Amino acid sequence: MPHDHSNVAEHDALVVEDDAGNMEGQITVDALQELLVSKGLLTHPEVTQQIARLEAPGTHLGARIIAKAWTDNNFKHSLFENAKNAVVDMGIAVGEAQLIVVENTETTHNLITCTLCSCYPRSILGQPPSWYISKAYRARAVREPRAVLAEFGLNLSDDIDLIVHDSNADMRYLVLPQPPEGHASMTTEDLESCITRDHMIGVARDC
Amino acid sequence: MSTAPHDGKRVRFNIGDVVKVKDLNKSGHVRVPYYVRNKQGRVVQFCGLFLNPEDLAIGNTAGPAIELYRIAFNQADLWPEDVLNAGDQLVLEVYTHWLEEVFDTASISP
Repeated sequence: MPHDHSNVAEHDALVVEDDAGNMEGQITVDALQELLVSKGLLTHPEVTQQIARLEAPGTHLGARIIAKAWTDNNFKHSLFENAKNAVVDMGIAVGEAQLIVVENTETTHNLITCTLCSCYPRSILGQPPSWYISKAYRARAVREPRAVLAEFGLNLSDDIDLIVHDSNADMRYLVLPQPPEGHASMTTEDLESCITRDHMIGVARDC
Repeated sequence: MSTAPHDGKRVRFNIGDVVKVKDLNKSGHVRVPYYVRNKQGRVVQFCGLFLNPEDLAIGNTAGPAIELYRIAFNQADLWPEDVLNAGDQLVLEVYTHWLEEVFDTASISP
């Protein structure tokens, strides 16, 4: 989805971008960081380390969870019961309050958004893509989700119900897509490699 | 997660209960978007107890943990002027104090 501001009225003062794409908040943060470093309260390596921690998780963790759910029915059901606990034995630590796994079926498709900000299961998927954070996606995903999906190349047929999840409070969401044809004879590695971030957010359907 | 009692106390709503989202007209940090206010939906999950973000936003961490539910709405009810698929839904999380039970369920489709 193009990051286009022409349709977005910038009325609220909280997220303000100037023509150079600089955000008022970013300028403030940079100034604050400089100040803290100059006063010896923070070091650059500490900041770098935190950024590395934030960026360390990636879609590979989500893909491992999905692939395992495809091959282990008990695990899949434990995900629905309490996903945060279910993935502990995989060495995956969900940092958010709880992870809710929503399953696509022949007749349902799930799509995730956060209208209030950009809530996303960062501890297992890393940082969200910029389109996910855009106001356009966040506003349109709840109101015209089928049109949004079509722009991602997913034309959902009318006999499939579309369920949009607005991640507006303490829960975080992961879409469990349908497994590909012939998944029973595929290796774990092959299964994991066909799962993308777009599948786990819900803007793609077929793995 | 099922709607199981916690600490021996029953939760306020059961899965399947029809509820309406109140418009509390509350200023400050709230997590209930306008598009679901005064709308009716169905309880689909009890998420647990969490500190109220409306209080946390102003540094008040002393309040009680409150019940959080996931509520499902028919998209056609949320956006009545739009043409939408009857089976399309929207689900989001609402804290208990924003919810009231609806007893006349004739007006909402299952």
